[in-house]
Amino acid sequence: MLQELLTDYTLRTVALGAGLLGLVSGALGAFAVLRRQALLGDAISHAALPGIALAFLLTGSKAPLVLVVGAALAGWLGAALITSVTERTKVTYDSALGIMLSVFFGIGLVLLTYIQRMPAANQAGLDSFLFGQAAALVARDVQTIGLLGALVLLLLAIFWKEFKLLSFDAEFAGTLGFPVARLDHLLTGLLVVAIVIGLQTVGVVLMSAMIVAPGAAARQWTNRLGTMVLLAGLIGALSGVGGAVVSARAANVPTGPAIVLLVSSIVAVSLLFAPVRGLVWRRLREWREGRALRVDAVLVDLYAMASQHESTGHPHSRRALDVMSETSASTRKTLRLLRVLGLARKVDREHWALTDDGVERARRVMERQFGGSA
Amino acid sequence: MAWAARSNPRPLPNKDAIEMTEQPDMTPDVIDVRDLTVAYREKPVLWDIDLRVPSGVLMAVVGPNGAGKTTFLKAILGLVRPAAGSVRIHGEPYRRVRSRVAYVPQRGSVDWDFPTSVLDVVTMGLYGRLGWIRRPGRRERELALRALDQVGMESFADRQIAQLSGGQQQRVFLARALVQDADVYFMDEPFQGVDATTEKAIVELLQELRERGKTVLVVHHDLQTVPEYFDHALLLNVRRIAAGRVEDVFTEENLRLTYGGRVSFARAAVKA
Repeated sequence: MLQELLTDYTLRTVALGAGLLGLVSGALGAFAVLRRQALLGDAISHAALPGIALAFLLTGSKAPLVLVVGAALAGWLGAALITSVTERTKVTYDSALGIMLSVFFGIGLVLLTYIQRMPAANQAGLDSFLFGQAAALVARDVQTIGLLGALVLLLLAIFWKEFKLLSFDAEFAGTLGFPVARLDHLLTGLLVVAIVIGLQTVGVVLMSAMIVAPGAAARQWTNRLGTMVLLAGLIGALSGVGGAVVSARAANVPTGPAIVLLVSSIVAVSLLFAPVRGLVWRRLREWREGRALRVDAVLVDLYAMASQHESTGHPHSRRALDVMSETSASTRKTLRLLRVLGLARKVDREHWALTDDGVERARRVMERQFGGSA
Repeated sequence: MAWAARSNPRPLPNKDAIEMTEQPDMTPDVIDVRDLTVAYREKPVLWDIDLRVPSGVLMAVVGPNGAGKTTFLKAILGLVRPAAGSVRIHGEPYRRVRSRVAYVPQRGSVDWDFPTSVLDVVTMGLYGRLGWIRRPGRRERELALRALDQVGMESFADRQIAQLSGGQQQRVFLARALVQDADVYFMDEPFQGVDATTEKAIVELLQELRERGKTVLVVHHDLQTVPEYFDHALLLNVRRIAAGRVEDVFTEENLRLTYGGRVSFARAAVKA
């Protein structure tokens, strides 16, 4: 497989193109995720479809650069309209986004249908923009992706500090004198380019996954912006290559869905298993903390009851503990745990008493909770 | 305050001096707001506000929710475009004196889950001075660490900001303003939801700023603490109700005008 990737020309082209577009969309997508603009990517990619069709209709060319420019202009227009509708009318951002997405996509579909009915023989292939067809990538496409992708990443590196500030605290950036609106346009513009270079491979319908998913997955593994953007790029590239190769080798599998399935599994794994932020780890931590809390609570209750007698080891009924316990759960399990830990002992079927270790720990817990006043 | 006591008589019977007779002092105002009106969709949020703040003053901006306090700060800082009026800081429009002004936005205005460190956030206060493209270096790092030290957060420098408590977040924002090394500070509710320790630290910091001759405008919610923490106050409710020394403007009448029917609330504040 790996050897094939290195020797098979078509496969190499496809993998390179998909990897590059994954890298770029992942990196830019990380910013979109942080700025809570995940759905903007979806709107832009759908809005790009009529641009592709119009570019073909106007020029009669299917040169990648021509189509990409058409897509970018339409995608940019869609994004700008969303902003302006939100600012000037009472339509909310998400509604404006939904409207633009469907209107532009609808126009795009109408134009595509029209193109397909045209007598000219040259129109084949435009419909692959819907779900993406990596197998159709040729060297010229990869060059376009590489060139524009490099430009996007270069600008991202140049304005790194400004984009970081814009994403974290745009108002503060404004008070420092940075032209926030123009920076926002630039970053959105870079996002548009990152999206449109992926359309041929991934398709307009699923391209937003390439924007959102790598960033969302990367966020789980790191607390540094730089690392997150890098990681998102790598996850995007990996999914791009993987999905494109699968699609190119298995006939009739559109690339978009293949890539999306791959990147989604990476997201799922990250959401579940990433250290600290992952769901599994969080549950585990909560459970541990909860258990420690219950142990301490029962310990303190036992101690409080025992301190009313002469000996701190004085046994008490479990029922009394259940009454004292603030949670509705039975104290049975916690008491069993206390016995395992050597902090309490069972006197008979119903009665429990603190061991010396238990008394010691209960005192420490109370000192911690009440600042030693107890 | 010193500026009132310094009202030594000057033989200046010209036109300018007559116009300024309201002012007991000739020191130029640090903040000079005239006829400021801000409207959202034709509805006035701020109506014809005049305010002059001399230097070395700690001023509370108080008023009920929706009174336009935050908008007032934002309009001064050029973040909100006013429908009418002018704002001068040190006699200049804000964009010419940015480097002398620092801003502490509301803590809740940013996403504290953003992947960045405490030191990074504080360093952002220096981005304006760095200008375009230039990256912060060792010098900036040292300045940021010093600012963190001032708010007692130096040991948190490498901490991810999501791990901070509310009070710690507020201190980080204050450090970001301190690193700007300004002489006019605008702070939006720095006491909002902070612990007692942080509140005390912020009060001390404000007093230190005043002692160093800085001018500080603070949007403040707790009427009870205004006389204790501040020497000047602006009572705002869309219009300017009153502004000046706390003991002069904090009257029951003014507070009733500001807070409407909630008189008992206002009275409690006067007695406090």
